[in-house]
Order: sequence, then C-alpha cells, then structure tokens
Amino acid sequence: MFWNKEKETMSRKEIENLQVELLKEKIEYAYNNVPFYKKKFDEYGINKSSIKTIEDIQKLPFTTKTDFRDNYPFGLFATDMKKIVRIHSSSGTTGKPTVVGYTKNDLDVWSELVARIASYAGVTDEDIVHIAFGYGLFTGGFGLHYGLEKIGAAIVPASSGNTKKQIMLMKDYGATVLVCTPSYALHIAEVAQNEGLDVNKDLNLRIGMFGAEPWSNQMREKIEQALGVKAYDNYGLSEVMGPGVSGECEAQDGMHIAEDHFIAEIINPETGRWVKEGEYGELVITPLTKEALPVFRYRTRDITKLTSKPCSCGRTLARMYKPIGRTDDMLIIRGVNVFPSQIEEVLFSIDGISPHYQIIIEREGALDTATVLVEANANLFFDEMKKQRQFLDRINYELKTTLGLDVKVKLVEPHSIERSEGKAKRIIDKRKF
Amino acid sequence: MANYKITQISVFIENKKGRFYNVTKTLKKAGVNIRAMSLADTMDFGILRFVMDKPKEAYDALLDEDFIVKRNEVLAIAIKDESGGLSELLKTVSDLDLNIEYMYTFVNALEGKAVMLFKFEDIDLAIEKLSEEGIELLEEEFFRRV
Repeated sequence: MFWNKEKETMSRKEIENLQVELLKEKIEYAYNNVPFYKKKFDEYGINKSSIKTIEDIQKLPFTTKTDFRDNYPFGLFATDMKKIVRIHSSSGTTGKPTVVGYTKNDLDVWSELVARIASYAGVTDEDIVHIAFGYGLFTGGFGLHYGLEKIGAAIVPASSGNTKKQIMLMKDYGATVLVCTPSYALHIAEVAQNEGLDVNKDLNLRIGMFGAEPWSNQMREKIEQALGVKAYDNYGLSEVMGPGVSGECEAQDGMHIAEDHFIAEIINPETGRWVKEGEYGELVITPLTKEALPVFRYRTRDITKLTSKPCSCGRTLARMYKPIGRTDDMLIIRGVNVFPSQIEEVLFSIDGISPHYQIIIEREGALDTATVLVEANANLFFDEMKKQRQFLDRINYELKTTLGLDVKVKLVEPHSIERSEGKAKRIIDKRKF
Repeated sequence: MANYKITQISVFIENKKGRFYNVTKTLKKAGVNIRAMSLADTMDFGILRFVMDKPKEAYDALLDEDFIVKRNEVLAIAIKDESGGLSELLKTVSDLDLNIEYMYTFVNALEGKAVMLFKFEDIDLAIEKLSEEGIELLEEEFFRRV
C-alpha cells in the first residue's frame, strides 16, 4: 500500500535533483551549526557549491561511529537542548554509547517514514499491533510505535521480556501485527508451541515487521511457518534516524529507501570508493532532513547492495537488499572471510534444524577453529552412530562447499543455546589478538 | 503369539559432566529399572541405549525432561556362555546375510547363558530366519520381570 504515493513514485531524475538540493542545504546548515563539520569541511575545502551532481557527494568525508564517540555526548548536535525533544542511544556494549537527538520536526519525519514502511507491509488503521521491541534508549520500540500510531493502528506497547505473558496478550487482544527482532519472533513461536498453542487458531497474526538484526530468507520462511504471518524486513540505524530508513514492499525484493530523506551509497569498505550498482559493499547513508543531528556519509558497516531499477510494486525508490553481514562481524578464520549469515543459510537449508545456533571461534596454537553448535532434536537424532555421523558430515560438507572452510559441527542438547529477547548472540569469538 | 521385539530407548546426551546422571535420575524418579544398556560415545556426544522393565514410562519421563529420545526395537538372543558362543551366533547371522546395526551384552540374565541385544536392519526378517535356525530369542515379557 502507498502511504505517500507522490514521494514513493518520483522519477529518478526528480529524486536526484531533490537530493542534491537538500544535501547542499544540509552542508551549509552543518557548517554553521556543528564545529566538528565546520572543521572537516574547511579541511576538505567543501561548501555547498562543491555539490553539483549526486556523484559529488563522494567529495565529502565519511562519518564513523568513532566520530560519535569522540564527540560524546552532544558534540555533533546542531541545535541546543531547547529544540531537542528526544534522546536515544545505542547499547554501548563496546565502549561509550552513541547518542542521538531529535527535534520535534525530526520526530515528525521519523513517524512519517515508519508509517511508510508499515504501509509497504500492508499495515492499516484496522490493525492491532503488538510491539515487542524494548522501549527505551533503543530506537526500535519508540520508532515503530509513533509511526504505527500515525497510521492509526491500535498499538499494544508490550516491550520486551516475559514471553509467556506476551503470547497471552497477543492471544487475548487479537494482535494482527507483530513487531520485534526476527530471533525473538522465533523464540515466541517456540514458547507458544510449548504452551500448546495453535498459532493459526489461537493467534490472529497476519503481518510481522522484523528488524534490528540481520536475518536470512530461510529464517523468514521459518518465522512465517511458525507464526502464520507474512514477514517483512525493515532497516534503520539510530545514527541516521532509526527504523524507517528502508522497508520491504509487497514484492519483497529488497527494501525501498526513503530517498527523499536519505542518500544511500555502497562503497568498497577498504578503498572507500563506490562499487558498481548491484555489487556488494558497505552501505553509507547521509540523512538529508535531520535538524538535531546532521550526519554526512555515515558508515553503517552493513554489507549489502543497491538497485535503482523499477520495482514491480510501482515505487521508484531505490532498494537495498538484506545486509549479508557487517564489516565488523565479518569473521576472518584462517584467512577466509566468513559472514555468519552464510553459515545460517547453510544450516537452515537442512531439514529439521532448529533455528537456534551459535558459532564459536577459537584459536588452538596458531590455528583458528570454527565450531557451529546446533541444537539437537528428534529429527536430527539417529539411534545409529553411523547415521548420526553421516548427518553431521553432511552439514560439515555443505559448510565447506559454501564457505571454503572446514567448520566443525557439534550437536548440543535442546535449549542449551541461550535464547535472546533482543538481538541474538550468534558469534562467540574466543580468540585473543 | 510370542513377542520377540524388545523396546529399546535411545537418548542423545552431550559429552558433558553430569548428563548421564541426569538421565538415570529421571529414570529412577519414574520407577524404571534398567535391564541392559550401552553407551556409544564420541568426543562431543553420546548415544545411550537402554532396555528397561517399563519402557513406556521411561520414554514419557525422558520426554518430559526434554531429553531427545528415540524408540526402537531390538532382539535379545541367548547364547551359550562359553568360548565360541558368540562366534557361533555371528556365523549364523552372517550366513543368513542379516545386517546388524549394533549390538551389546546383557549380563547375568540366564543361568549358563549370555544374552546379547541386537539391532538388526530388518527385525522381522531376523526373527523369521533366526527362529528357523533354532536360535533362542527372548520374549519381551522376560525384561519386564525383575
């Protein structure tokens, strides 16, 4: 469903012209209001007349997470606290959190863009939306909340935790839409099953909007089957706004980027140069309408690809594909680049494998070893040792073919891999560098 | 008709401290007596196989505790408890072209005899052929008596 048909179907030329205009304004705005960018732009000799075409964005320096840390907490803000109405921040598991601020206008844009992606997924004012994202500093909960409220849906702000209660609420309140992380959606399905619920009879869910962590298409199928929903992906990150940067339409062939508010580029993470359209690289985003926190060329560290080809849904907005990994969770094991998503894809292609897995990297002497833990279940357990070994060898073989790396496969007992109510912990890297 | 198919229960356990104990604890709680067992183990995991006096209760109790459990049928064959007893039986099995998936012993079963448990690829065929050869198969009932 269209939410803002005019913006969603602009011609590519109109989009680029708009982006160039907004970018020029933003450069001037940041130069005048953020000392960090004034210094940077002076250093690079940048002003608004440096930008004539969209390609000229490449003249601008990148902004990284480190810049946020160096300017902690409010150094990158362009407005004083009088105009700031909301503050969010990252979990800060690795060092200082990343702090972001919003003006009233920023929040309006945010709601508008979340309303858009929810409409792409088919959510309407008739829906009852169960939001199981944590409400708090994390942008997921509030971001989805206000956008869905804008659509006019009835929202159940369940937040995270207490899965059994969540299921009871979904059942009793007749939720039609579920919003959470994909790994939590699977956890909900598992708990519902243990509680003896029939998702098709007891739950009324029809749409799932899942995001905040990478997930594969195989995982999508598992969720759709387990919860009886159509599962839609969406993307965002707090540094450039939060959820709502892009979302899947009914065609589910990539996520449409709100290009009237963001410029998306794909670069080679090593050289910083643009890759050809359709090639994988690091996604770089420049928000064009943020007041509180203008950011230029933010390096998301997500690895994905873009296409600006027209979509069967009629939208002209460019699409980004599911990130296949992050530049910082790309594992280098014995010199081989491995993304956890590749391992997930192999595992999920094997019938009967439970969606809970973990990858453990260790160093034995000078040699790195990777072990994938898979939870055993009755489908994967053979009473005969020979068959059991053959099964494990098969997974090992599939992984070797896909990754070019020998990965040990270990069956563990059910429920021994930690469940997560937020982002799943898939990788345990025990190596010390 | 005599029932020679003995229910065997297999349990997947991780090769970790206390896992085996947890299985036996569950069986004890269910009031199940283990009559015969074997453990096939690897570095990471093991397959425990049991023949019990109350297989149904054992199966339910283990499932309730979230163990991964499979039910199977095996044959109990009595052989002479003397040198060459097993060899003689295996020769017969081999001559009959029956496929053994695995086997283990059940000690202290019968006076003067040893009992071996066999998992054959085709249990019905094994019962038929072995009976024809006059091999002594134990009935399921035997394992229910303590």
